[in-house]
Amino acid sequence: MTAPGSDSSAARPVPRLEVKGVTKRFPGVLANDHVDFAVAPGEVHALLGENGAGKSTLVKMIYGVLHPDEGTLAWNGAVMQIADPHAARALGIGMVFQHFSLFEAMTVLENIALGMDKPGDMALLSERVRDVSEAYGLPLDPDRDVYTLSVGERQRIEIVRCLLQNPKLLIMDEPTSVLTPQEVERLFETLRKLAAEGVSILYISHKLEEIKQLCDRATILRGGRVVAECDPAQETAKSMAQMMIGTELKTVERRAEGVAGEARLVVEGLTLASEEIHGVDLKNVSFAVRAGEIFGIAGVAGNGQNELLLGLSGERLADHESVLRIDGAPAGRSNAGARRKLGLCAVPEERNGHGAVPGMTLVENAVLSGHHRMGLLSSLFIRAAAAARFAQQIVTAFDVRTPGVTASAGSLSGGNLQKFIVGREILQKPKVLVVSQPTWGVDAGAAAAIHQALADLAAEGVAVVVVSQDLDELLAITDRLAVINVGVLSSAMLTREASVEEIGLLMGGVHGVSTDAAVVHPEAAHVA
Amino acid sequence: MPIDAVALVLLTVIGSATPLLFAALGELVVEKSGVLNLGVEGMMILGAVAAFGVAVTTGSGTLGVLAGAAAGMAMAFIFGVLTLTLAANQVATGLALTIFGLGLSALLGVGFIGIPVEPLPKLMLPGVSDLPLIGPLLFGHDALIYLSIFAVAAVAWFLKKSRAGMILRAVGESDISAHSIGYDVIAVRYRAVLFGGAMAGLGGAFLSLVYTPLWNEGMTAGRGWIALALVVFASWRPWRLLAGAYLFGGVTILQLYMQGAGGFDIPAQVMSMLPYLATILVLTIIAAGPWKGRLDAPACLGKPFRPST
Repeated sequence: MTAPGSDSSAARPVPRLEVKGVTKRFPGVLANDHVDFAVAPGEVHALLGENGAGKSTLVKMIYGVLHPDEGTLAWNGAVMQIADPHAARALGIGMVFQHFSLFEAMTVLENIALGMDKPGDMALLSERVRDVSEAYGLPLDPDRDVYTLSVGERQRIEIVRCLLQNPKLLIMDEPTSVLTPQEVERLFETLRKLAAEGVSILYISHKLEEIKQLCDRATILRGGRVVAECDPAQETAKSMAQMMIGTELKTVERRAEGVAGEARLVVEGLTLASEEIHGVDLKNVSFAVRAGEIFGIAGVAGNGQNELLLGLSGERLADHESVLRIDGAPAGRSNAGARRKLGLCAVPEERNGHGAVPGMTLVENAVLSGHHRMGLLSSLFIRAAAAARFAQQIVTAFDVRTPGVTASAGSLSGGNLQKFIVGREILQKPKVLVVSQPTWGVDAGAAAAIHQALADLAAEGVAVVVVSQDLDELLAITDRLAVINVGVLSSAMLTREASVEEIGLLMGGVHGVSTDAAVVHPEAAHVA
Repeated sequence: MPIDAVALVLLTVIGSATPLLFAALGELVVEKSGVLNLGVEGMMILGAVAAFGVAVTTGSGTLGVLAGAAAGMAMAFIFGVLTLTLAANQVATGLALTIFGLGLSALLGVGFIGIPVEPLPKLMLPGVSDLPLIGPLLFGHDALIYLSIFAVAAVAWFLKKSRAGMILRAVGESDISAHSIGYDVIAVRYRAVLFGGAMAGLGGAFLSLVYTPLWNEGMTAGRGWIALALVVFASWRPWRLLAGAYLFGGVTILQLYMQGAGGFDIPAQVMSMLPYLATILVLTIIAAGPWKGRLDAPACLGKPFRPST
């Protein structure tokens, strides 16, 4: 292991990590195409790109989960083969995963020990966990079971687990997508402190404002290739967005304010016990949405959004008929089919398996939800020609990229399938449309198209409910919004008057952990 | 009832519970790693015939017991190759394993029907073994009975306290997470499955070498299925499994005594159903009760895992 970078031109220090010409192919996809970039010691380096740009594949290779087909990784100037995550950790690479690598039914301490190669004595480790979590303002109780923790607390487990191993490079994969604004601020303080101590941080995100705040340099990926490298402080969010998606970003056009239509969807006191093992019960949820209005429901994941969607779509029934009214008609005890007949259509969060059947064709999927409102059934049979026309209509109107309407839903990319599902519901001319996570995992172009379609639908007098964890999305497209936390829905507020701080406080944590922005609070919140 | 009679009843309960305990304890570890092996019955009966055959042929009970464990492991290995390496459906493979085991054991055992076997040596301590009640209860058993109870303690310690046990639970809880941290999910599961096979084989060996001691076609008579139910009954906890196994052993003996005592105007066949009815009843209560969701079933139970490269 000789260090080739030891030429005496000491102007630039040897990078902590240097990626050279790394290529990774999956069947049918070139995930990374000759990617080059370097991270210096103590640098916070952003990897920026849309979903599917190859960011996650790249960091998985750095962490040893995947192996490059071509190219090299150099650690402190020496070329390395990182065989597996154990080897990566031995070098001093720590990683905080986007979808946490945690074990629900085990304790915080066990989870931390599992992510370490030499955890040593458990009692000692417990002490160290408390020490490290205090030193970096990441309060954690080692003896709690993970399933009782909020998403923010879970992320702390991963960070503390990395810190215990004195990392030289910390990889953070989309760390803020599940946090409240206050939690994000606290995370940034921790990261800045680490960087000041000389730890390099590789920060993966598509949130441009965050990158401007936090990062020293940014490498921008598109379609698996490095398309630009820049100093985020010198760029605007818009200029970085254009590098990221490669085209001009469209903004959603809304007609002027002043919706005063009649209430089309009224929910009064919806209470539902969750059917999931670790689910959240809905407690007395009430709201009303008027014709022409887009109503947003914000909140951190896992605060009852799934239950709320099931309760609105009719997959779960309310206790009384009067709990839910569609255009004045009581429908609390009506199932999903009956609610569709009344004019309430719904798009669930999960596309494959809930919003669409992956193994069925687009035509069949169109029939599944549209058969009544589009008249696709005769008494016993499917009206095949009408169904095919309907599917074709969706594909054309919403620019769904597919070889044809007989392609299976599972063969479409996430963004295209989402356009198909949203389009299928919109073309049924609903009176009320409930959409969960409309642009989750969808590229920016498709997201803009979906947002525009929702805005147009509202302009036609439809009441639209958007459930989303993406606060920026809700702030951009809704007229009013409310926040769901631990199954309780806050009172609604006008979006243009709402402040991010206020919403952030309402979002709280699953367990009512106080999220006072200013205070990095001590371990006092777990008394409950 | 005189004290000796009480001791005798308890002894028979222990005898009928031990094969269940072995098989269920093995399956508990298998399921904790996230694998559902429904082939317990098949592994048990192959263990029974292998143990009996080797013991009769070599005259050594110890070799017989080892052969039983090895036969169970061999069956488990087949299961492992199919479900772990080739990612076949675990339910279907497990059912096939049971049918295969029942058939193969019948074939191998043809020559052994009706042959007696030397019982395993018992643990005797002069003086202590003669104490009333305590003596016969605590001493004078086959080594296998002590082994079964020791195994409960060992498995409980392993799962709760050891690092390897923690990794095994993690693999059963979230295979994808364990893989991304860097654990070899398939290797951990192979070890668990092989352990489960060995334990089922020991349960079978106990049946044919100690409990009857005879070889008979189909002699496990559904005990493998009861063992599977016991794991759920115990909500994947070893000490509860011990209690459950003795409870079910007790039900089995109860019906034998009730049949023997006469005076009950119930057909013998109905009485023989008792342990199986109790199994169904207990499972129904567990599944429907207010504590559902607190079952602590491993989250990845029965899901095949294919690592990406």
